[in-house]
Amino acid sequence: MSGVRVLVGTRKGAFILTSDGKREKWNVSGPHFAGWEIYHLKGSPVDPNRIYASQTSGWFGQVLQRSDDGGKTWIQPGTPPGEQTGPGGMPKGESNKFFYDVSKETGKPLTTHQWYDGTQHPWEFKRVWHLEPSLTEHDTVYAGVEDAAIFRSKDGGKTWHELSGLRGHGTGPKWQPGAGGMCLHTILIDPKNPKRIFIAISAAGAFRTDDGGSTWRPINKGLNSPFLPDPTAEVGHCVHHIAFNGSRPDTLFMQKHWDVMRSDNGGDSWHEVSGNLPTDFGFVIDVHAHEPETIYVVPIKSDSEHFVPDGKLRVYRSKTGGNEWEELSKGLPQQDCYVNVLRDAMAVDSLDTCGIYFGTSGGQVYCSPDAGSNWKPIVRDLPGVLSVEVQTLR
Amino acid sequence: MIRVVLPQHLRTLAHVGAEVQVDVPGKVTQHSILDAIEVQYPMLRGTIRDHVTLQRRPFLRFFACGEDLSHESPDAPVPDAVVAGTEPFLIIGAIAGG
Repeated sequence: MSGVRVLVGTRKGAFILTSDGKREKWNVSGPHFAGWEIYHLKGSPVDPNRIYASQTSGWFGQVLQRSDDGGKTWIQPGTPPGEQTGPGGMPKGESNKFFYDVSKETGKPLTTHQWYDGTQHPWEFKRVWHLEPSLTEHDTVYAGVEDAAIFRSKDGGKTWHELSGLRGHGTGPKWQPGAGGMCLHTILIDPKNPKRIFIAISAAGAFRTDDGGSTWRPINKGLNSPFLPDPTAEVGHCVHHIAFNGSRPDTLFMQKHWDVMRSDNGGDSWHEVSGNLPTDFGFVIDVHAHEPETIYVVPIKSDSEHFVPDGKLRVYRSKTGGNEWEELSKGLPQQDCYVNVLRDAMAVDSLDTCGIYFGTSGGQVYCSPDAGSNWKPIVRDLPGVLSVEVQTLR
Repeated sequence: MIRVVLPQHLRTLAHVGAEVQVDVPGKVTQHSILDAIEVQYPMLRGTIRDHVTLQRRPFLRFFACGEDLSHESPDAPVPDAVVAGTEPFLIIGAIAGG
């Protein structure tokens, strides 16, 4: 019996929404980690019962949680008695330890990046924005963090090591925080070549490694950001999200601060595909699970008005890989609606009729079981949604 | 035994009630109390003070016997009543948000 498990991170806890393949009736579990901001949860493609969660707080810092039973129970890796690994058998409790690597062997000096006022500012770890479990290795998981860097754990989240070639590759002093902070928010692992990983940072741009994370290079040719002194600079672009269909990993789609972009050569160059969108500002973008040219965005009015235009919540779908967009609104509120949809708050399942999911700043999580044509809220009144991921269970 | 009162979110994280008790060998200071807390509850490492610098996290305060000890030296002795276990050492989260 197939089904789906939707993992929802909110400003005040995590929620897990489950349904069978029809996606009509839902069971809601939560709040998990009540009262804490949950920036992101994601399940392992190798073991769907393994789910990682980023639990964060301005008071108490970063906590990493892991479930090995599909979200029923959670542990902080490294702390339970069975995982005692420190000196004298004491638990290490280091799953929340994210240190920038400045070692001689593998690290890079901790340099500075550009601050909001244009001055240079030291790198400071703040939180984990995105968790990306390996496609092939059970205990390997990547973390995208603020201030921007990528970390990898090879022991199920007990300990983390920075892949410092990204932060230290040379353009770091030109990176700058967006309004939400200088975050590494997108990690895409190429299913055909696991040594190739794409990441994106606000506001630095997109980067790629072809050697499993040792070396990285910017892939921002074709992006145009008028807020920059040099609008076509190598780095400094506020990329909001990148998505691909795993069957065509060289074709990338990007929602930039403004502009929806497309690359057909693994990010070597980009061109705009905003076409007839009512506004090309937005945060989310995603790709149909079975149709690599069918993509989805939720246009947001502007960079100063972070809500949907005209009080109407509308998803836009292009079946032509961009430029030609159709409005999808059936089942979505079409008056007095002023919500936002954040960058990690859209996901697709891989059932035969692809389901699309997104969550809003108003606490609604919507599902379309028919690839966007019809929508229904799964829940209406959660805390503001920060992220939505979906697992297809077979 | 030293009595320590944790803020709500850390109680949830450590799966404990409002007050915990820890055995603090030797001189009882903020530093040694927090060392004992982190040994007994490793999931709290990094949540009260920084992993490396051991600096108190900015939105947390330490109170005892009606006084704010947050700006005392972490290696200074805590009040006798805390050492005797008649008064708790309070870890307080700043009141904020909506």
